[in-house]
Amino acid sequence: MKYTLTLSPDFNTKYLAGWFVLNTRLQKQLGLPLHLDLFTDFSACHAAIDAGKIDLIYANPADGAMLLREKQFVPVVHPRMRPDETIIAVPVDSPVNRIEDFRPDLRVAATDDPEINMIGQILLEPADITPADIQYQRCENYVLVAKALMNGQADAGFFLAETFAELSPTIRNRLRVILKSQIHVIHHLFLAGPRLTNQVDEIRQALLAMNDTEPGLLKEIGVTGWQATDAEEAEFMVDLMDTLVD
Amino acid sequence: MTLADLHGESGEEHWLTYYDGFRRRVFVTHREVPFPEGKLIVSRTDPSGVITHANQAFVDMSGYSEDELVGEQHYILRHPDMPAVAFKGLWDTISQGKKWHGYVKNLRKDGAFYWVYATVVPNIRDGRIVSYTSVRRKPSRRKIEEMAALYKSLLQEEQGNRQ
Repeated sequence: MKYTLTLSPDFNTKYLAGWFVLNTRLQKQLGLPLHLDLFTDFSACHAAIDAGKIDLIYANPADGAMLLREKQFVPVVHPRMRPDETIIAVPVDSPVNRIEDFRPDLRVAATDDPEINMIGQILLEPADITPADIQYQRCENYVLVAKALMNGQADAGFFLAETFAELSPTIRNRLRVILKSQIHVIHHLFLAGPRLTNQVDEIRQALLAMNDTEPGLLKEIGVTGWQATDAEEAEFMVDLMDTLVD
Repeated sequence: MTLADLHGESGEEHWLTYYDGFRRRVFVTHREVPFPEGKLIVSRTDPSGVITHANQAFVDMSGYSEDELVGEQHYILRHPDMPAVAFKGLWDTISQGKKWHGYVKNLRKDGAFYWVYATVVPNIRDGRIVSYTSVRRKPSRRKIEEMAALYKSLLQEEQGNRQ
């Protein structure tokens, strides 16, 4: 039987090679026929999940919540000290200096990353801006979100903070951060699907062992290490996410 | 809460009676503490409302230490400007396993206050409510003004009914 590992489509493509190496390492250590299959957008990824084609996933928090509650996935690990935070940025010459300066009919450039957009909308609430007041310009990735701002096609952009920090200095200098969330407890999750439930302990141990044996590889996928995630910790994050969805 | 907690500010004395019959004297000032930008205040209680977890934003905003919060009823943050009916609605909703959200004026240990938009969800494990998670976020000033006026009229109604 072949098993499929995938990544939330919000992953940074500069880590692509690292993930292929990690897949190979896991395959050898576990003795499992593991195949890395990637999706360019969330709808294709969700379709594969719904079709039962995914066995291991490095999921964003919103998808992690859905997989835990609805698809019988089991938490394995999460990245150490790497919470998902959202940045709202504007063009550097924007008249906006704080959230309350934004007005309805706001043009927002964003990817289709669900929790980043959800947190972004929450951060706009103090300006009395609801999702109905936002005209979204959907972009395939965060570089295109930045370009939409620089080209004057959007008034504000939602970014995954880690990705914003990785934009080139030339791009970042043409943008200005209005607010960065400080939630600390929402992060990606590595989850195992129903066909691998019996191997969760082995998968977890293999990933945790990489903290000592493969620090270079972990750097190649943008994490400093893995931390075991127990069921209650994952449930707590899902409960927290649930409070954020009205 | 004692007068010493007010740190020299002038405060008005109120007696609060909670749903379990507990009575407590509190002092309130007119100082509002702004909600911390970009943060969420997170806490967890057991099914009877006793705080079991408080994040740093909650500790900072409440003015209490974590040790003073954990093990206490969540109602120690209750501000005398909040009508009882608001909390009855909260408990009626979450005890049925449903999500509740609303605007709340909270009382700090030092008598000052802060407004939040609060959401409370029941934590259901194996079909049973084992705890509640509450997340508070920054509300808009327009909403605060609307809710302050509504709560004032509800409170007057409640006080009128008691007389």
